[in-house]
Amino acid sequence: MTADLTRLHAHQMAAGLRRGDFSAHDLAAAHLDRIEATDKPLHAWVWWDRDAALHKADEADDRLAPARADGPAALASLPALLGVPVGLKDLVLTRGERATAGSRILDGYISPYDAHISERLKAAGAVLPGKTNMDEFAMGSSTEFSAWGPTANPWDLERVPGGSSGGSAAAVAAYQVPLSIGTDTGGSIRQPAALTGIVGLKPTYGRVSRYGIVAFASSLDQIGPLARDVRDAALLLAVIAGRDERDSTSAPIDVPNYAAQLPLSDDEAAARLRGVRLGLPRQYFVKGMEPGVEARIREAVAALAQAGAEIVDIDLPHTDYGLATYYIIAPAEASANLARYDGVRYGRSVRLPGGDYIADYLETRGSGFGAEVKRRIMLGTYALSAGYYDAYYLKAQKVRTLIKADFDAAFEQVDALVAPTSPTVAFKFGARLADPVAMYLSDACTLPVNMAGLPGLSVPCGLSEGLPAGLQLIGRPWSEGRLFELGRAYEAITADAGWRTVEPRDLSLLIDPTTPAAADRAATVRGAA
Amino acid sequence: MATLSRKDVEHVAHLARLGLSDDELARLEGQLNHILDQYAVLTELDTEHIAPTAQTIELENILRDDVVKPGLAAEEILALAPERAGPYFVVPPILGEHGN
Repeated sequence: MTADLTRLHAHQMAAGLRRGDFSAHDLAAAHLDRIEATDKPLHAWVWWDRDAALHKADEADDRLAPARADGPAALASLPALLGVPVGLKDLVLTRGERATAGSRILDGYISPYDAHISERLKAAGAVLPGKTNMDEFAMGSSTEFSAWGPTANPWDLERVPGGSSGGSAAAVAAYQVPLSIGTDTGGSIRQPAALTGIVGLKPTYGRVSRYGIVAFASSLDQIGPLARDVRDAALLLAVIAGRDERDSTSAPIDVPNYAAQLPLSDDEAAARLRGVRLGLPRQYFVKGMEPGVEARIREAVAALAQAGAEIVDIDLPHTDYGLATYYIIAPAEASANLARYDGVRYGRSVRLPGGDYIADYLETRGSGFGAEVKRRIMLGTYALSAGYYDAYYLKAQKVRTLIKADFDAAFEQVDALVAPTSPTVAFKFGARLADPVAMYLSDACTLPVNMAGLPGLSVPCGLSEGLPAGLQLIGRPWSEGRLFELGRAYEAITADAGWRTVEPRDLSLLIDPTTPAAADRAATVRGAA
Repeated sequence: MATLSRKDVEHVAHLARLGLSDDELARLEGQLNHILDQYAVLTELDTEHIAPTAQTIELENILRDDVVKPGLAAEEILALAPERAGPYFVVPPILGEHGN
């Protein structure tokens, strides 16, 4: 019975708890048991706390039991995620608990406050087992840059789950939790969702408050849900979205009940595609795209067309400038955001003999940050420095305007865009570490969406050589509801697809006690010690 | 666009307050120049009359009422201090012998 509970979707868990099919305690225990049994080879979590999570679950039961006795009205007034386990990426702050953002420089840091979304999730009654693994300071596309070792992909334990929200993605794909929170600055929710065969949404910039989220690039960062279906993602977004006066970039725009707007029947969901104009941007079929992934995308587009959508060829002429633009703006903003890690008020602090504070900064930061973070701080510092600001940062901001204008023009012709999320399936550990640019190309189809501040949803669209591919839907600002509707429609028209019955291949290896830890596998494949 | 010399890399590292080993400096010189090469494509675009985009939300002058609200718990914050003396964070001197 406990094994079955982790296979439910979050909305089914919420319904089951209200009916009394199982208790929140049993639901939490099932997930914690699964995490304990599977996380040595997977390493999706930086830490989890069984007792604290069960305590929160018991509190949920204390509210569920009387509400069940009182009847439907009482049940309807219960918070949306009461008793449902949700993973949090390690850069989401929760008061009194550790957060490292995947970095040694925050080893031992205990947050004195809750992030806005943590407050919302706690108010919604979610059970928060702990923090999921990530690339350090969200800088990466594979979770290989975590200071705590990599996370593996449940589909193939010798491959990456994507990044930077790799832990959050792997945890959902491996049934450790039904829902998790990630962040996306250049693709870090959507790309791992695609590589692990789950749903991931980057909301419109400003939809979700960034207060209490460790900052990477402040004009690009956005927080969003990862889940095993569109309805679950919609459920989670509604809980975390909305204006927060502590984040002046959080928009004063109402949050619809996204999940309630989705049709229950597949027929009704599919019918929503009729007459929808979907743009197919040709520049997104990038050089280096795997033929199998391209085939899955084109099949998905054909299925959408067959269901009544009109597919329109779209030109986004500045797409190819996205990589250079992003890799100036994001590191520049990061170099400013990471200046605070100086060992003065918190975190790693090296105090050398002699009392030279500059020497202390150099050693604290030099020893506390990993190689990719240092690379990006260097790039950003250079791009902003005197003599180079105009040629790099200001230039990149102007090209950003052109990239955004491409999308604005496209949305005059179509309702949404459909494109690949990642040009390739999950790659092997070590495959992209020799050349930083090879890693950056993982996000070629996702980062323009962050630059334009638009919402992007990735949904699974089949397998290529046994590994998941993701279809990306991109919408106008504030069109998350529309994207969920289209994603749900796509789920409906592919409900009977054979690939939907295929489980992540290496799930059975996760519970085999002889399976090596994720870090050991990573080292073996990379050929390093 | 300019390429970085070893001296440039050392200068940027100092600006960023990153202490780097000789190995790291050598590796970064190569990697950074390789990444900077990718930026050259931007010179293809005429952006003379294009306004820069700093952020996409287009909200302006977000204000709140000037009302005192409770802040964070001082003790929880000070508990994180690498070195403290009562309600103070202890730091090395920045004025005087090692200061500016």
